[in-house]
Amino acid sequence: MAILADKNTRLLVQGITGREGSFHTQQMIEYGTNIVGGVTPGKGGEWVHSKPVFDTVKKAVDATGANASIIYAPAAVAPDAIYEAVDAGMGLIVCITEGIPILDMMKVYDYIKRTSSRLVGPNCPGLLTPGQAKVGIMPGYIAKPGNVGVVSKSGTLTYEVVYALTQAGMGQSTCIGIGGDPIIGTNFVEVLSMFEEDPETEKVVLIGEIGGRAEVDAAEYIKAHMTKPVAAFIAGKSAPPGTRMGHAGAIIEGGEGTAAEKIAALLDAGCKVADNPEQIPSLLN
Amino acid sequence: MNLHEYQSKFRFAEFGIPIPRGKTATTPQQVYEIAREIGGPVVIKSQVLVGGRGKAGGIKLAQNPEQAETLANTILGMNIKGLTVRKVLVDPAANIRTEIYLGITNDRAAGKAVIMASSEGGVEIEQIAREKPDAIIREHINPFLGLLEYQARNLASGINLPHEHWKTFTKIASNLYRCALASDAVLAEINPLVITGDNQLVALDGKMIIDDNALYRHTDIAEMRDTDAEPKEETQARAAGISYVKLNGQIGCMVNGAGLAMTTMDMTRLYGGEQIGPANFLDIGGGAQASKVAAALRIILADPNVKSVLFNIFGGITRCDEVARGILQALDEVKTTVPMVIRLAGTNAEEGRAIIDAANISNISSAATLTEAAKKAVDAARGAK
Repeated sequence: MAILADKNTRLLVQGITGREGSFHTQQMIEYGTNIVGGVTPGKGGEWVHSKPVFDTVKKAVDATGANASIIYAPAAVAPDAIYEAVDAGMGLIVCITEGIPILDMMKVYDYIKRTSSRLVGPNCPGLLTPGQAKVGIMPGYIAKPGNVGVVSKSGTLTYEVVYALTQAGMGQSTCIGIGGDPIIGTNFVEVLSMFEEDPETEKVVLIGEIGGRAEVDAAEYIKAHMTKPVAAFIAGKSAPPGTRMGHAGAIIEGGEGTAAEKIAALLDAGCKVADNPEQIPSLLN
Repeated sequence: MNLHEYQSKFRFAEFGIPIPRGKTATTPQQVYEIAREIGGPVVIKSQVLVGGRGKAGGIKLAQNPEQAETLANTILGMNIKGLTVRKVLVDPAANIRTEIYLGITNDRAAGKAVIMASSEGGVEIEQIAREKPDAIIREHINPFLGLLEYQARNLASGINLPHEHWKTFTKIASNLYRCALASDAVLAEINPLVITGDNQLVALDGKMIIDDNALYRHTDIAEMRDTDAEPKEETQARAAGISYVKLNGQIGCMVNGAGLAMTTMDMTRLYGGEQIGPANFLDIGGGAQASKVAAALRIILADPNVKSVLFNIFGGITRCDEVARGILQALDEVKTTVPMVIRLAGTNAEEGRAIIDAANISNISSAATLTEAAKKAVDAARGAK
């Protein structure tokens, strides 16, 4: 089962001929992901890692039956790549691209919400369903199949936690990085509800950070709807207000979005909250 | 990227928003000239990128050019929250009857821009939100439609603006939206928007924050960046493609990934208590090549408060043995006696640690876990005192 991606995912890579796109395509293939082809406008007819390259997403879908897409295109053209995937009827679109302007994302967000496509990201490491599919840039070896669902705003911090779980003998159903930008396609609550529904997921790990109120919304959802135990970690306790910490979304504005308020909300919802990400496996026992 | 008050207001003016006819000055003599040109009382406003300028004595009213020059002498060069005042804006003093708040920002949860107005202008919007949340009128803006006229009227109505000002107010709101859109602003704020004694609406103070990710398509705005207004290490880091924010603690942090970098900061505070904490946020990005590590190390060590350095690198796609060699090469370039703790995790972490240990450098130790690394860095910072 798992969520969003599994061995039946037929993945298309938008930006497959670029440096990042090509490198990660190879990594995804080695992991066993079912990649059916790629798209780079103007490079249709070429082959990358034995996969056919198409000029347009529509042609690629017609030829391969792709049902999910991953985008490595640069920030200036990534919104166009997302629209192209949406209009081609792609069910799942994962956008790895970092640095897309907020105004562009507002349009993407408004547009995609009127369709049946789901966007994960942008500026995220993508998702990994251990043993089945890697849709993104997470290192495959850190994970192993199991029953813990992991959802996170960050990249390497997620790897830390997933790796710690694996070393503690706890495998994962699916690991998802939703991205740390202010406007993202899929939020914590949506992923939590998928984990709640997924019969293979028995426990959930949520990794948040300062900025915005997505973790507070998640806590409210957990309190009202979740039956599965959730362990959480919030990064940025020591960050001063008003300063952006790397991620465009990681900024405490007007006293809102602090780690303290998020931790309080999660504790109130019955979650176990770690002081230190290395504690997370023990909190799930 | 934050714009100064004068930069924001001059940009507002380009979009047809009425502002006071002021000018900027960097010397008391210039202030005298501008005040004489304006005639009548003027306000001298320090241009620094922090809030609370007025309380800090950075905004003064002068009755005549002579007084303006004298006051400018104290304001120019003044230190406000660690920033030196190098420029002032000299505006004609306004006769204020009413103060309104008008601003545009992003509502993340809605995924849309939101325009907000309040009759309680002149204080920070956050304060209004805390104390009188009902006094803020909000309208979400559809990104494809833009701000609609009726929405601007809803704001005017919501703040009980007298009808005679509606036409001007809705025009200002629409122009503010156009300005925010054309500037890729994540915040465009007029506070206060005043009604003057002679019944004019004027943007007395302004603030804009531009989306850093959009600067590539606004070279004119990117050039407006005031590098005097930020620590020089942040300017250097930006040039090196490193994300760096200077903080007040003693432990320099070098990490790959923003979330992990914040976590590493948090760990130094967790084990350091109130006395010991992070000296910086630093995200070195992917790869951790020697040249980038060296650049980051120079930036961290330029901070005289740094007593120890904590490397926390998760080798995902890049293997830890490669990272370890990169770090050693960088340490060869940047000589230092500051104690360093290196923690590598992920692919080939043990090989990486073995390489660090085999180098046998007296001020360098390795750690297997983040907890161990943070504790070691805290102990080293304490010992160095």
